[in-house]
Amino acid sequence: MTYRIHPALIVFASIVFFFLLAPLVIIIGSALSDTTYLTFPPRGLTLRWFENIFEMSAFRRTAVTSFQLAFAGTALSLLVGIPAAYALNRYRIELPSWLSTVYVLPILVPEIVFGFSLMKSVTVGLDTPIFLTLLIGHALLVLPYSVRVVSASLASFDFSIEEAAISLGSPPLKTFFTIVLPNIRAGVIAAFILAFITSLNDVSVSLFLTGPGISTLPIQILAHMEQFFDPTIASVSVLLMLVTVAVMAIVEATLGLTFLTK
Amino acid sequence: MTVSLDIESITAHYGHTEVLKDLSLSVKAGELVSLLGSSGCGKTTTLRLVAGFLPPTKGRIKLGDKDITRLPAHTRNIGLVFQNYALFPHLSVLENVAFGLKQRGVGSGDRKKRASEMLDRVGLSPYAERLPAALSGGQKQRVALARALVIEPPLLMFDEPLSNLDAKLRIDMRVEIRKLQRANGTTSLYVTHDQEEAFSISDRVAIMNAGKIMQLDHPEVLYQRPANAFVARFVGFENLVPMKVSERDGDRVTAEVEGGGSMALSQDSLGPIPDEFVLAARADGLSVRRSGEGLPVTLGLRTYLGRAYQYQCQSTAGNLVANGPLSEPMDQGGSAVLAPHFEQCCILPVEA
Repeated sequence: MTYRIHPALIVFASIVFFFLLAPLVIIIGSALSDTTYLTFPPRGLTLRWFENIFEMSAFRRTAVTSFQLAFAGTALSLLVGIPAAYALNRYRIELPSWLSTVYVLPILVPEIVFGFSLMKSVTVGLDTPIFLTLLIGHALLVLPYSVRVVSASLASFDFSIEEAAISLGSPPLKTFFTIVLPNIRAGVIAAFILAFITSLNDVSVSLFLTGPGISTLPIQILAHMEQFFDPTIASVSVLLMLVTVAVMAIVEATLGLTFLTK
Repeated sequence: MTVSLDIESITAHYGHTEVLKDLSLSVKAGELVSLLGSSGCGKTTTLRLVAGFLPPTKGRIKLGDKDITRLPAHTRNIGLVFQNYALFPHLSVLENVAFGLKQRGVGSGDRKKRASEMLDRVGLSPYAERLPAALSGGQKQRVALARALVIEPPLLMFDEPLSNLDAKLRIDMRVEIRKLQRANGTTSLYVTHDQEEAFSISDRVAIMNAGKIMQLDHPEVLYQRPANAFVARFVGFENLVPMKVSERDGDRVTAEVEGGGSMALSQDSLGPIPDEFVLAARADGLSVRRSGEGLPVTLGLRTYLGRAYQYQCQSTAGNLVANGPLSEPMDQGGSAVLAPHFEQCCILPVEA
């Protein structure tokens, strides 16, 4: 049986796909342009803007910081988020219902406000080193993803499985690692990826927390764009896209992408 | 190793709600005792207390001579079979069965051998390498059973193990559970809401209501001689008629129903009858006759049961249900008398 597709739907879908894909094409095109300003379609083809990134130490330094932050911040958020998600699901009946909302506050509060309040309270208030403040900020920023995504996994986990393991002689903590964790693995990996990408791309929170000598890549891109409007920005963006594509490719190869939508 | 389980005046709370009140229960070594009752009666709570998943507010639980009341769950050495199987989804069938042995430090070779033997006993050897998701409900429950049995626990506990299976399989499985339990002589506590299942599988059954055991006895006794109105209703005594003795003549006793009407009863077959009592009878225990000695009633709706006709009857003691012979269908609105079959009735104390 074949369905007749309404022409308006085809038009509508085409427009949606155009707007989704056009920016990517424009960025890739601009990155290759042999001009000193951003332009599309590119005039001439060159890779010198990519070379330029690696020649500019600011990009290198901030990229390293960004990746360090994304890894450590995500790890920290999972370290807090997995036990929180576990408790929220395991003791759902005993715990007050508002508690799960607390963990998503960082995405409910406007990021600008969140960043500003972190600056006021942590950077100024406690006088912590910049990297540490950034780390706390990023961990908190991505905590909602860790808690929510791992929670979604745990919601379909049958806790009597855990009790079965305990009754067979496995201590509770060991049971968590050998029985619970393997069964929510997909959720943990999905949480990691979402949190990692969110942290890597964050501007608003980082904007308030970066300081002398330490900055993140998105902030550096912003700063660079204010001074030079050249295709370097586009080529950095292309590289960031490649990182995302690479992560997705690894996921696809090891787990299959469908688990992200589960 | 067979040991007894002794639950000594246990009280338990969920939050501020008292779910068990001063409950005591003894399961003798090698015996299978069922906890039977509707949801919320405290049967699963009792099982969770023994398993160590819920701390009691008061009381003591002993397994053999050992007080296990405060032992952590993973050190209690109790085999558990769950309603939803609770197999480890990421482990193969064989690994599932071997899990308990692994926790006990049994070496890999020996572990495999013993788990395989146990799988063989439940007839699932060909499925050893599969994941649980590839099994049917009945097969999953067999794996769960093998997993609980392989650690040779002194106590086995079942939490509604057959509720998720279809009717035919349920009967096969309960026979299988009983056979394995008998063969191993493992002391067992079995939780179910299914009366037939409890009665067919158990040495003794505890009928529970609102956190208390209403009666604990052999299935035959519960079925024929319930001790109180709750148990009587539970095992299907539809008619509970409050009566007063008006005349005693040796073993023969004449008792009156409030509002008029009387019945002749025999202490010989019913046991001693107090001055005030409740007569409990199933529909089968009261027979509908056109005339003669008995409690006068007005007949209501008649339904056909195959072996008899069943009548809704109006009496001075309220609505009663009784059966009449197929040979003699009677019409709605007619008057008749109900005569008790003594061997199918019982005398209950009046409850406040």
